[in-house]
Formats: sequence, structure tokens, C-alpha cells
Amino acid sequence: MPGFLRNQKIRNILLQVLFVAAVLVIVVGGWRNAQQTLQAQHIVSGFGLLEKATGWDVNFSLLPHSASDPYWWFFLIGIVNTLFLGTLGLALATLIGGTIGIMRTVAHPVLNLLGRSYVDFFRNIPLILQVFFWYALVTHLPAPRNAIDFGPLTLSSRGLYMPALNVGGWYLAAAGLTLLLALVLPLWLARTRRISRPPEERRGLVRGVLAGGILAALVILLVGRDAAGPLISRPELQGLNIRGGLRIPPEFSAMLIAIGIYGGAYIAEIVRGGFKAVGRGQTEAAHALGLTPLQSFFRIRLPLALRAMLPILANQYIWLIKATTMGIAIGFTDFFMIVAVTINQSGQTIEAIAILMAGFLAINLTLAAIFNRINKAIALKGNQLRG
Amino acid sequence: MTDTSPKRTIANTPPGWFDNVRRRYFPTPIQSVISILGLGLLGWILWTLLNWAVFSAVWDGQASPETCRAAAGACWTVIAQRWRIILFGLYPFDQQWRSALACVVVVAMVVLSCVPAFWAGRRLAAVWVLGTGLFYLLMKGGLLGLPLIGEEKWGGLALTLFIFVATCLIGFPLSIVLALLRRSELPVISKGIGLFIDAVRSLPLLSILFAFAVVVPFMLPGWLQTGKLYRVICGAALFFAAYQAEIIRGGMQGVALGQDEAAKSLGIGYWHRISRIILPQAMRNALPATINQFVISFKETSLVIVVGFFEILASGNAAYGTGDWTFAYREVYAFIALIYFVFVFSLSRYGAYLERRMAVGTF
Repeated sequence: MPGFLRNQKIRNILLQVLFVAAVLVIVVGGWRNAQQTLQAQHIVSGFGLLEKATGWDVNFSLLPHSASDPYWWFFLIGIVNTLFLGTLGLALATLIGGTIGIMRTVAHPVLNLLGRSYVDFFRNIPLILQVFFWYALVTHLPAPRNAIDFGPLTLSSRGLYMPALNVGGWYLAAAGLTLLLALVLPLWLARTRRISRPPEERRGLVRGVLAGGILAALVILLVGRDAAGPLISRPELQGLNIRGGLRIPPEFSAMLIAIGIYGGAYIAEIVRGGFKAVGRGQTEAAHALGLTPLQSFFRIRLPLALRAMLPILANQYIWLIKATTMGIAIGFTDFFMIVAVTINQSGQTIEAIAILMAGFLAINLTLAAIFNRINKAIALKGNQLRG
Repeated sequence: MTDTSPKRTIANTPPGWFDNVRRRYFPTPIQSVISILGLGLLGWILWTLLNWAVFSAVWDGQASPETCRAAAGACWTVIAQRWRIILFGLYPFDQQWRSALACVVVVAMVVLSCVPAFWAGRRLAAVWVLGTGLFYLLMKGGLLGLPLIGEEKWGGLALTLFIFVATCLIGFPLSIVLALLRRSELPVISKGIGLFIDAVRSLPLLSILFAFAVVVPFMLPGWLQTGKLYRVICGAALFFAAYQAEIIRGGMQGVALGQDEAAKSLGIGYWHRISRIILPQAMRNALPATINQFVISFKETSLVIVVGFFEILASGNAAYGTGDWTFAYREVYAFIALIYFVFVFSLSRYGAYLERRMAVGTF
């Protein structure tokens, strides 16, 4: 061994330089190879792609779309679809998981057994198999001619139809946003410390904002209504297909059911673990203080369990958001599917994959940041931490 | 003492089964109602399932699709006629015994690695390398008089198992390397590897498989181009390694600092410290999470269907998708779900058993 290599510091620096060099060789080599291959295949590279029209269309979108829209708009549609499916799927999974998880924590053998069977059954079958199963199930429903009616809803192999407001897309979105603000803003106004008036005197303001918001939403709906048709459009059978109303395509329902049920099984276990982490002493103390079982559940066990399960729940949520990419297997146009079709159509593989990675990084980091914030906000402070 | 004391004979009899049932299921009126409703629901689900799968089902292997369609229950005829496609895919018919034998080899390998006598690095490595070699030899052939069968003909359960085994075999050593590098004292290396692991973990597996199937061939020089199957396996192994590395790192953090310091003060070198002191204890800490990771990655092998492989789910889709059996999707999916369930459930039960067993030994 040459003399200078015996020096630990020099060796460390050399190792790190070697590491950086190896990474550089891989990255630069890969990049140069890709450039050469792409040039050989006459594929233009660069992000000019984003401005070009796609020439193909998507089958599910919350935003208006057509084949002449540029790629960046389609990527946005994909992200919105992914987030929409993810949000609804997470809500459904949390609902199912919370119910099943609590069923497993109460001391009742039959409920325990039911919850356990559910978890064991659905957790041990791959999600994508469940997606395929639900998709086959909803597409094997009767054809539109023999559709099943549940009151205003119509269920057929083409999807679930429901009555909808006959209002332009942008107006509908604006009205929904206004309504959401009208519900959230009063909650914030009632609690915030930014306003000097004490909470008791803010009631008028809060009610005013609520009423004003709802009124504004209604006005937006009325302004944006389609003058040609009635205000509410109902699904009706015309020829071989159903027209009018809002259609929820089978791809979306299959994904939603699968994510809700599979995620629910995982979340149930997290909820059970959270309740198990609550110290026995806490429950016994609540009992000794004379709290009823319900009070002890809502005031003592649930808040403590929530804190224990939140970090794991955040991981599970991120996992479930990533699982929405399985929509590509049955043709749901989520973000990943739009990227895959882009690669097929334009050949600009590297740019499309980079956009995909950036999109998922952004979604995951945002989710993680939100959960860290919640976690910090509800963490037990000071000496309450003593077990 | 006088004889006025109460007689204790009745109170001393142990509670019979009737009392036990009453105390467990019917202690209060509300709980009784819940019990009855819950048992009713459970009974109804069980009855519906059994009725569909057994009592009203068609068990005749030669029944025509019309009889099947008319039946109220499951039609197992489709499985009887198509099970070879589901299990073996497009593998040549007269060679399918090799595919079956290869699956048995994999199962034997997994069972062997669950036996504590094999829990040493070298023995485990030997079992896995030998098992995978045998599997590959059986499937591919070209030696010992077995006709050569290319990877593009592999399918069904054998392909699923191959992807899983190869993913673990590449991913596990890689995960140890990644975990060690991330714990390195050299800041550039630990930060760089940390960034890499976090980036891989934040992406969906599907996008990584897709990238390895579609993008990577652009980036590789000509002499490194391999079949799509091996590229996808590398992608899956990378994903597995990124998750498993974090599990192992967690296990290492659970090893008391004094252990490493004591080894250092005894003058034990880096490699021996890692392989004899830190890793064995870290693996013990990480075992439950590791088994969970194996279970997850077995379930995720089914994702390769999206990049166009004929694994068990795709062959199942093909089995009912064409011809007369399009209505029989429930039976086919139930069959595949059963196969997955048997593998995954037994592995996860084994994990739970290990967790209990190891909890006994510690403090």
C-alpha cells in the first residue's frame, strides 16, 4: 500500500471522489447513449412536447378536454384524475378501515371474528387482482337496455348514471369551490386569533359568510346553466345507450371499490395497532374517574390512538395514492396512463418519465408535509408525554 | 363455627359451556343483539359463498358452456379445461411437467429458508442460489437432454414465482449494500445513497417497472442489452432493495451502540464487525418487517402484467377472455386468488408466529 493511502482522511476523500465519479459515469453515459439512440430513431427531444397538441383523447376527466389540447393540459388532467381517485379512495378506505379496526378493538368475539376475516381475506390477495375482478364485475352488468334502476340512479355495464345539474363545467367547478369555501371559512373565522373580537361576538360574521357563500354558489349555478335544457338532466335510454345525467365510468368505480376495500383492510390493522398502543393505565384511569365507556372512548382512547397511528397512516396514504397507477391495467386515465400513452404516441420517453417522477414526487412530498403539520399540531406537549 | 354458614357447594362448581357461551356472547342485551346480528351476517356470507362454490356449482369437467351459464353457482369446468394455461401459460404442452417441478423447487426453497437450522448467511445463500439455478435449468433446459425453451414462452405461475425469486435474490444483497452505504460515515456517500433510496421509494413500482421495460434500453450501451424480463426483474429488485434497505437500517439502529464500540475496542475490523456483530443482531430486529416486505413484494409481482408479461393474472385473463367462457371470470379470479392467498397467507402467518417466538426471547 503506498504511503499516502494509509492516511484515513485521504482515503475517505478518495473514496468519495470515486463514488461521485462512478455516479457521474453512469448518469452521463446513460444520457449520451439515450441521445444517440433517439437521434438514430429521429425522435426530437426536449420539452417543446408540452406545447404540442396530443391528437388523442382521454375517457375520463374532470376538466374539459379534446384531442387538440396540448400535452401539458393532458398531464394536468391526469394529475387531477389521480388526485380525485386518490382522495375518494382514501376517504372510502379510511371509513372502511376505521369501522373494521374499531370492530377489532372492542371486546366482542363476534365483531372481532368478522373484522379479522375481512382483514385476512382482502389483505392477502394482490390489489391488481382485485382491481381486475371488480372491473370484470362492473362491466358484466346488464347492458343499458336492461339497466338496473335504483330510484334516480341507473346501473349498467356502461357505468353508473345519476342525475346531474345542467351547468357548464367551469361554472360547476367555481360553484363547488365557493361552496367549499363557504363551509371552511366560517370554521376558521370562528377559531382564529387574528381577529380581535372574542369568539362569542363573531356569530353574526360567521353566519353571514356561510349564507353569502351558499348564495353565491347558487347564483353561479344559475348563471352557468345551459339555457337549452332543464336545470337537472336525468339519464334516459336513447337507442342502445343512455344519454343525459352524469356517468361514472366502470373503470373509475372498479378502481374506487378496489382501493377502498384493499386500503380499508390495511388501515383497519393500523387503527387496531393505534388502539393497542394506548396504555392500559389510561383506560383504567378513565374508568376509575367514572367516565362511561363511550366517554372514555371518545375523550381518552381515540385521541391517544390517533396520535399513535398518524405517522403509519401517512405512509399508508402515500402507498395508496401510488397504487392508483394500477388504473392503467383497466384503462382508467390517471397520471401514469397519460404518461404511458404519451410515450407510445410521441416516443419522447425520457421527458415523459421525468414529468411522471416530478409529479409523483410533488404529490408525495405535499402529502408528507401535510401529515407532518397535522402530526406536529396534535402532538402531546410537555409533561403530558409521561406514560 | 356453627352450621349457619352458607353452603358453598353450588358456587364451587366450575362454569359449564352454557355459562361460558352466555358470558362471552350474551352478557348484556345490546351485546346479545350484536352477537345475533353478527353471527347472522357471518352465516349468511358463509352460506352464500359455499352455495356458490360448492352446492350449486358445476363440477363436471366436460360440461358445455351452456349448462354452465344456466347453473346458479360456480362453473368449475372452466378451471378443469383451462388450468394448464393459467398455471403454465404458453409453455409447450409436453414439457409442462418441468414447469410444475420448477414451482415445487421454489416452494421447497421457501420452506427450507423458513427452518431455523438454515438461518445462517451462507446456508441461506446456498439454498437460494442452488434453488434458483435448479429452477432456471428446469425451465430453460438446453442441458441434460431437456429441450431449450426461451423466456418468452414462460408463463403462468412459474413466471410469477421466477420473478419473485429473482427479485429477492438480487434485491436482498443489494439492500444490505444500500443500507451499509447509507450508514456510511462519509457524508457524500451517505447523502447520495439516501437521496437515491428516497427517490425510489417515492415512486410507484409500476412507473419503475415501466421505466425499466421502456426507457432503460435507450440508455444502456449495446453490450449491456438484455431481455426485457431481466430488465424488469432488475427494476423490481431495485424497488425491493430500496424498501428493504430502510428496514435493515432500522434494524441496525436498534442494535445498542455499545456493541459496535466494544467490537472496535477489541480491534475487530470493519467487515468482521458488520458481518459478525451488527448484521446478525440487526437482521433479528428487522425480521418481522422483512417477512412483511417479502409478502408485499410477492403480491406486487402481479404488476408485471402491465408491462406485458404473461404471468398468472394475465394467463387467467386469457383463460376466460376468449371463446365460450367470457362469463366465467369469477371462477378464474377465484382460482388465482386462492393460489395467491395460500402463498401469502401462510407466509404472513409464519411471520406472525416468528414475531411471537422472538418476543419470548427478548427481555
